[in-house]
Amino acid sequence: MFDDSNIIAGLEIGTSKICIVVGEQNADGALNIIGLGQARSRGVRKGEICNTEQVEEDLRAAIFEAEQMADVEIRSVYLGVSGGHIRGFNNRGVHPVVSADREISQDDVDDVVKNAKAINLPAENTIINHVRQHFYVDGQDGVTNPVGMLGARLEVDMHVIHGHANRLQNVIRLVRATSLTVDDVVFNGVATSLALLTNEQKELGALVIDIGGGTTEFVAYSDGIIRHSGVLAVGGDHVSNDLAYGLKVPLSRAEKLKLEHGTAIPTEAGRGQTISITNELGLELKRINVEHLQKIMSLRLEEIFQLIAQDLEQAGLTDYMRAGVFLCGGGSRVRGLVPLAENVFQMNVTPGHACAVSGLTAALDQPEFAAAIGLVKYGSLRNRSRSARPSFVTGIKGVFGKLLPRN
Amino acid sequence: MENQHPLFETPEISGQPSVRIIAVGNAGDALLGALSTTEFAGAAFAAINTDAAALAASSAKVKIHLENKLFRGLGSGGDPERGKALAEEQFSMLKSACEGANVVFILAGLGGGAGSGISPVLAKAAHEAGALVLAFVTLPFECEGNRREAQAQTALEQLKSAADGVICLPSQKIFKLIDENSTLVETFRVTGGFLTEGVRGVWSLLSRPGIIPVHFGDLCQLLRDRHAENAFAFVEASGPGRAREVVEKILNHPLLDEGRALAESDAVLVSLTAGKDLTMAEINRVMEQVKRQCVHAQIVMGASADAGLQDKLCVTIIAARQNAASSVTPRAESHSATATATHSHREPALPRQRKRGTVAKAVQGQLPLTIISKGRFDKSEPTLHRGEDLDIPTFIRRGVAMN
Repeated sequence: MFDDSNIIAGLEIGTSKICIVVGEQNADGALNIIGLGQARSRGVRKGEICNTEQVEEDLRAAIFEAEQMADVEIRSVYLGVSGGHIRGFNNRGVHPVVSADREISQDDVDDVVKNAKAINLPAENTIINHVRQHFYVDGQDGVTNPVGMLGARLEVDMHVIHGHANRLQNVIRLVRATSLTVDDVVFNGVATSLALLTNEQKELGALVIDIGGGTTEFVAYSDGIIRHSGVLAVGGDHVSNDLAYGLKVPLSRAEKLKLEHGTAIPTEAGRGQTISITNELGLELKRINVEHLQKIMSLRLEEIFQLIAQDLEQAGLTDYMRAGVFLCGGGSRVRGLVPLAENVFQMNVTPGHACAVSGLTAALDQPEFAAAIGLVKYGSLRNRSRSARPSFVTGIKGVFGKLLPRN
Repeated sequence: MENQHPLFETPEISGQPSVRIIAVGNAGDALLGALSTTEFAGAAFAAINTDAAALAASSAKVKIHLENKLFRGLGSGGDPERGKALAEEQFSMLKSACEGANVVFILAGLGGGAGSGISPVLAKAAHEAGALVLAFVTLPFECEGNRREAQAQTALEQLKSAADGVICLPSQKIFKLIDENSTLVETFRVTGGFLTEGVRGVWSLLSRPGIIPVHFGDLCQLLRDRHAENAFAFVEASGPGRAREVVEKILNHPLLDEGRALAESDAVLVSLTAGKDLTMAEINRVMEQVKRQCVHAQIVMGASADAGLQDKLCVTIIAARQNAASSVTPRAESHSATATATHSHREPALPRQRKRGTVAKAVQGQLPLTIISKGRFDKSEPTLHRGEDLDIPTFIRRGVAMN
């Protein structure tokens, strides 16, 4: 059905915007971005839907725009999900090889993967993505494909990303209400890292941070595989809210001040500076201290990085991030964010650019669209792996698609 | 120290911060008398009072008499405004008395005229003179009446904003701890004893050569500009099981609210002093427990040996809390289980609270006491991370002042 279609769409329902990216895959599997649609999102808080009607309306607008631009009809999408309920952790599965000649077969591999997935999740949670890490054959580390090897005991490490089933279903139901089918559900962080990182960077080890409107996702790669992932339900909205509270201005004004005067590190030029807020008649309403504005913002952004750095440290991965940190998402547009991140992580920090995709340069250069582009890329990799050998190409699998009845 | 004030002949001990202990008012004077002067060989003592007769009887070397012809040497008459007016009149003199000191301890009993009126001004003067100001004060007994209580509370607030750290001891708390039959003198001795222990603890921290020294800088870093009320405890134990005993005493210490003060603090200074036989295992045992109590706190540790202590182990703990505004939230959270229960009791029809309770079972309840609004996140599920609500602006949780 859609599997052989060469049109792939990635949909991200974010806190500040809904965005849909359309890609076209040619016969060789190369991906070309041909369309982009976006709409301001009004019914989402902290990455989760709080007003279905508004989201549906905005979603239709975004789809319409994307279809116009790409001049195709979008029938199915790869859906990105986020939210504070999503967690990632590593689990190990063990399987004894029982065949007489001790040769590991594909069945053994399937079994061990199944074992690794059988984990004690809370009853209301479900697995979003699982990523196979390395195999161990009789304790030998770093085996990527054990089929055909000899061994008595096969183990595999699995990175499992799971979330609250009902909240995930809410998004899926909403998308299907707009008569789109959902090909698969992918954690936004995973999608973003697919768009940003090259294979070399994944080998070297890299941390991808996507600072969105309501959530911040992070994914850590090393040795080419996902080692760690997580979500903080804190994002650009929190910065605006802090400013609104600290400077005693309405939220819309705080948003504007953030965009116009915000920096991640208090600047020398801002010290002692004030901005006056005027009403529509040009009369002065209030004076805002720039130094305070920058300090409030800086503290919040610094805290986000510190929490991620702590998490990374606890996972014991800090020293493996040799390619450094990659920033994307609308929040990464803040001036001075790179030096701030460098201060906190003590690593090389790069503003992320979508790579290994060709097409609309306007879309590719924006940090906001990394997740949606990543979703398209995820779709293309899935298509490619399906036409070629199964598995071993992406290593990442979604499970949601299988749970959904296809129409 | 070239900036030595002529009033003070401080014995110069190289490498040590110069410490001045200034008693204010009659109660302060009494506290000063309790500090054995031999132990505090390196410190300079002074007494400030409005009452000439009491000042004459003081054991302090330097006496500063604040007076005004109008008062005829009768003191401030229990009116803090008078005390304050006198102190402000002589502000430059007070400031010069604090010049050259690194640390100024202020001892006072709040509630009266001199203590409540002068100490905040003195703290301000000392702070302006560049010293780290620590105030050790007592609050009046309940039986002393509402007026004194109110005066003491106002003075405490003023003192908190002027001094770097305030260690406050409500006398009533102590009153409940001691035996009913104890005499008046004894009661005062005990309440005074708690405070002098505090002074002694901080003093020994700074003066004794440490194995793991706590530098003056550490103390400054911990206390400077926090303007907070500090919890303080000094415990000692001896014998073979002394480490365990010390820990027990800390956790049951009335001044630490049975250990609750530690949980609420965000910076803790622990100093251990013992004879030459202090072992690493003992330090470890004490610190382990302290660390477990204060999860969020930054801990500064010091250890020193003093042959004179023989087999005694003394532990001094100073716990600084974040300023009052931000401490409201964690406290409300930590007591949430009982608090929400009583709350819903009083107001059974509170839709928001109840709804939240049914949606997610593990959500921590919050009393609607917080003055801090969460703005647009007010109605959404709180983002809790290690007990902190991340929806509250960072600058408020960290207590960063926006002047």
